[in-house]
Amino acid sequence: MKKILPFVAFFTLAVRGYCQKNAITDTTDLFKMMDKEDQKPDKSKTDYVTSTFKTTRLINGQSSENLGKGVLDVKISHRFGTLNSGAYQLFGLDNATNRIGVDYGIFNTLMVGVGRSSFEKQFDAFGKLKILRQSTGRINMPVSVSYYSSVMLKTLKGTDSAKTHFSDKLFFAQQLIIARKFNDYLSLQVVPTLVHYNIVPFHNMPNDLYSIGFGGRLRLSRRVNLTAEYYYQLPGHSLPGYYNSFSVGIDIETGGHVFQFNISNSTGMTERTFITQTTDKWSDGGIHFGFNISRVFTVVKPRQFNAKW
Amino acid sequence: MKKKYLTVACVVFIAGITHAQKLFSTKTGQISFYAGTPLEDVRAINNETDSKMLQKNGQIIFSVLVKGFVFANALMQDHFNENYMESTKFPKADFKGFITNINAVDFDKDGIYNISAGGDLTIHGITQKVNLNGTLEVKGDNIILLSKFKIALKDFDVTGNYIGTKIAPEVEITVNCKYE
Repeated sequence: MKKILPFVAFFTLAVRGYCQKNAITDTTDLFKMMDKEDQKPDKSKTDYVTSTFKTTRLINGQSSENLGKGVLDVKISHRFGTLNSGAYQLFGLDNATNRIGVDYGIFNTLMVGVGRSSFEKQFDAFGKLKILRQSTGRINMPVSVSYYSSVMLKTLKGTDSAKTHFSDKLFFAQQLIIARKFNDYLSLQVVPTLVHYNIVPFHNMPNDLYSIGFGGRLRLSRRVNLTAEYYYQLPGHSLPGYYNSFSVGIDIETGGHVFQFNISNSTGMTERTFITQTTDKWSDGGIHFGFNISRVFTVVKPRQFNAKW
Repeated sequence: MKKKYLTVACVVFIAGITHAQKLFSTKTGQISFYAGTPLEDVRAINNETDSKMLQKNGQIIFSVLVKGFVFANALMQDHFNENYMESTKFPKADFKGFITNINAVDFDKDGIYNISAGGDLTIHGITQKVNLNGTLEVKGDNIILLSKFKIALKDFDVTGNYIGTKIAPEVEITVNCKYE
């Protein structure tokens, strides 16, 4: 008996201790419990930052955003001629190049897309994978990081008689998109980029062209955002006669659409054409007006919607 | 003999704590809402509602993360958070109140009981007194709370261009919580 007493005492205390964890006494007040819980930061959940950028594209280049799972995005983009082409060309509006594309979110972390540009009758396809998501709470992550990879195929028939192979018309781009949403008003991203040419015009030109993109979004009002994007080609990594691309845009959201108006010295809408083949200069008035229209459709509803309402 | 007394005392003691004052809780309650119009199907669902209820006096709390509401349309979800609910500024919505007729519920007997509750509903940083009706189903050790009620967006200072056209000015909220 004496041997068992300490055990019983211990057991009683242990149970009491356990019960006190969920203790409900006459003075238990759920309101106070809730206030207490609200005061301390919730470390049990991870709060992921959403809408760092408004669409998956900043202006010409990619943003750190992905489409949600099961979302289809139809994008129609136009870039007009240069403003300095004068009134005869209606300041560039007589000339337009376009890209029509369709993007789709396979998972929340992976999206793919295809497109066709009128410039050099180019087809492109890409995939974008989210590696890290900016978050607070249980997981603290200061930035979002995505990997983007695309392939471009020029199908314009060659004018010279030199024999070309299919692979000569292929171009590749790889990007790491590092982004941070500082607050509801400001998001910035840095984009190390590699554009690979399977064939370059002259043998002394590099096939791998490295550049760094800088981009940002500034919220002006609930539905209007100012965006800017600059791609800096590293010294020795640009083709002769081409300039760095700089663009400024306005994003306007209306219901299921996002309209992006922009002015830029680039007309290209794929990595090869706007990062490494921008032919115009801002200082000469070589500025193009352009717009992107995005319309999203929900193809597969989130799983929460499978249950009955 | 002594041992027996001790054991009995212990059991009574433990039972005394656990039985008389029961706290029901869930972290996976469901709150959904519908603010649709013929133009737009505005609805969302949140399956991570945190709720607790005290049996003795009917005190009840609900707490939900605004960002946890899932829409079928991702862009709509974005607008909900950024433009209407301002969920970075006001991350939580909650309710603190009492089930006023908790005595009408017999927790030892399975059945569906009509209940009404009154308390403070906080959405978008604005607190309003509300009175709600619903049902409480007792099913063994579990209870299931169902309630449907309407709130006016203007009462909670939620504004936007599309309220009144694409978004209904009154939102129907459905609560479906299974407690343990």
